[in-house]
Amino acid sequence: MMGLKDVLPDVMTEFPEMGRADIRDFKKGIDGAFKDFVREYGELIEGFFYPLKIFLSWFERLLVATPWPLMIIIFAVLVWLGARSWVIVVGTILASLLIGYLGMWEDMMKTLALISVSTFVCIAVGIPIGILMSKSDRMQSIIVPILDFMQTIPAFVYLIPVMMLLGIGKAPGLIAVCIYAMPPVIRLTDLGIRLVDKDVLEAADAFGASPSQKMFRVQLPLALPNLFAGVNQTIMMALAMVVVASLIGAQGLGSNVLKAVNNQYLTLGIMNGSAIVAIAIVFDRVSQKFGKRLQKHSETVHG
Amino acid sequence: MDDNSIEVKGLYKIFGPHGEKYIKAVQDGMSKDELNAKHNHVLGLKDINIHMPSAKIQVIMGLSGSGKSTMIRHINRLIEPTAGEVIYQGNDICQMSKADLQEFRRHKTAMVFQKFALLPHRTVIDNTLFGIELQGIGRAECEEQARHWLKRVGLEGFEDNYPNQLSGGMQQRVGLARALTNDADILLMDEAFSALDPLIRMDMQSILLELQEELHKTIVFITHDLDEALRLGDRIAILRDGAVIQQGTGQEIVLNPADAYISDFVKEVNRGRVIQVDTVMTEKGKRSKTSVESGTSLENVAKMFSDTGENTAKVVDADGKAIGGITMKATINAMVTPATH
Repeated sequence: MMGLKDVLPDVMTEFPEMGRADIRDFKKGIDGAFKDFVREYGELIEGFFYPLKIFLSWFERLLVATPWPLMIIIFAVLVWLGARSWVIVVGTILASLLIGYLGMWEDMMKTLALISVSTFVCIAVGIPIGILMSKSDRMQSIIVPILDFMQTIPAFVYLIPVMMLLGIGKAPGLIAVCIYAMPPVIRLTDLGIRLVDKDVLEAADAFGASPSQKMFRVQLPLALPNLFAGVNQTIMMALAMVVVASLIGAQGLGSNVLKAVNNQYLTLGIMNGSAIVAIAIVFDRVSQKFGKRLQKHSETVHG
Repeated sequence: MDDNSIEVKGLYKIFGPHGEKYIKAVQDGMSKDELNAKHNHVLGLKDINIHMPSAKIQVIMGLSGSGKSTMIRHINRLIEPTAGEVIYQGNDICQMSKADLQEFRRHKTAMVFQKFALLPHRTVIDNTLFGIELQGIGRAECEEQARHWLKRVGLEGFEDNYPNQLSGGMQQRVGLARALTNDADILLMDEAFSALDPLIRMDMQSILLELQEELHKTIVFITHDLDEALRLGDRIAILRDGAVIQQGTGQEIVLNPADAYISDFVKEVNRGRVIQVDTVMTEKGKRSKTSVESGTSLENVAKMFSDTGENTAKVVDADGKAIGGITMKATINAMVTPATH
């Protein structure tokens, strides 16, 4: 029987690929160029991220070195300040006691250090970008595709250049987490600012607010609930990223999970995975409650 | 006292991406419909010329789409004009630099909005001092001023509430207090009372008139309600399709409506409350014993006639000197004569 393939000309049945040698050269060329780039600027870039690495190491050591009872008290106080809920405070204490009892205390501290520092970096970099983006449609049309790219590209793919530039260790782990976790805070800062009521902005203009007065006294405060939803998302995504980041040397609960995967240690995997879930739940509840408290002014509506 | 009058001269606004390209055609007589059909631009304002007197209430009246909100936004340049001038104390607001405009908005104007436009995340007091806070005045003085004006508009005790804990009427009092705290010479009120219930609206009008008696600000008041216009306005300009079709005092408009459109409006007005005795007085009755003061509304004159049982009265000025006379017949006549056109 004659198939469609026999009728059609060759060019329709075989994809007109670039020649094998050309593809090899193409890949080699780019790899080579990037390697040159790394050789040329690697140290500079490493130097740029060096303070971050120092800070992360210091913070990690601090958390690990703090006696565990003190640490649990600090958790309880922070959770209370954020959420004002005894249920969540008690839950947090029980969860940390259990995690510690199961021998994961130090790893939890390392993971917490990574999450805290990366969240801090995401906020410090993301909010200004979000503000910039909200101010001009052009900026938005440039940044949105980049964010889409950051969020959809498989994390393993950008681990490669990060690793080539910074090697294996804490800083590249941190960078990888930040690349993945930063988009929500940028997007929701932009959205929150853009959603601010036009009437209120007009009033600010009418009273002669300068652009910065308008931003800091009207737009940002009113964007805060959305902005905080972004921070919450960022924390969640950072936690989801700790296992992947351990591939390039981030330590903590994530690296244990990785070890469990490589060796088929079922219990180790479940224990460390559950610990990550516990941290995620605490962070999520606290930041959500805190975000709700920021909207206190809109609670009681006059009927 | 400073001259705080505002002179609007030949103001045009064409909405659309290239408004300035069609200004010449509009000035040469292109109509709103033609502009829209041919060039897809909307004519917002057309050759507006209004002299807004110092320390008086200038009402700009019109139905929705007449351009009245566009008009008021040219006074503090929330909207850029396509052509024309808005002169205040010798300066053209339309030509001001960004910095000058910011200063002008901070110190010379204050605005009250139809939808209140309060900051939901700030308490009543923090909303009230928003304007002067922007001027860079210290917190303590801001609070003192804000408390003073909140008290004046009857909101003492609500300082620490959030706006959406208050009713619409109370929210607009906050809006008014915010504008007054700014201590500006010009008060811009964009349909400030339109969103309120009729009774509360009357209430707010009274507050405004009371305050104006001592403050003497130049108030530009936008409304779609003729009764409100007549009650508040020292002068009224009526807008239709972006053009002024009549301006004058309330009495002038009620007595001599410029066209059928306006007489339609005026028909429903309580003439007895608008027309003053001075407008209809003659020599007849000048020597009567009973007297009414100059500026009394016909409604009150009629009440006086019915209370006293008299048929004539003399009209006296502030010094008690007779300047004319009024009869019951003339009073009733003027109150019921329909505005014809």
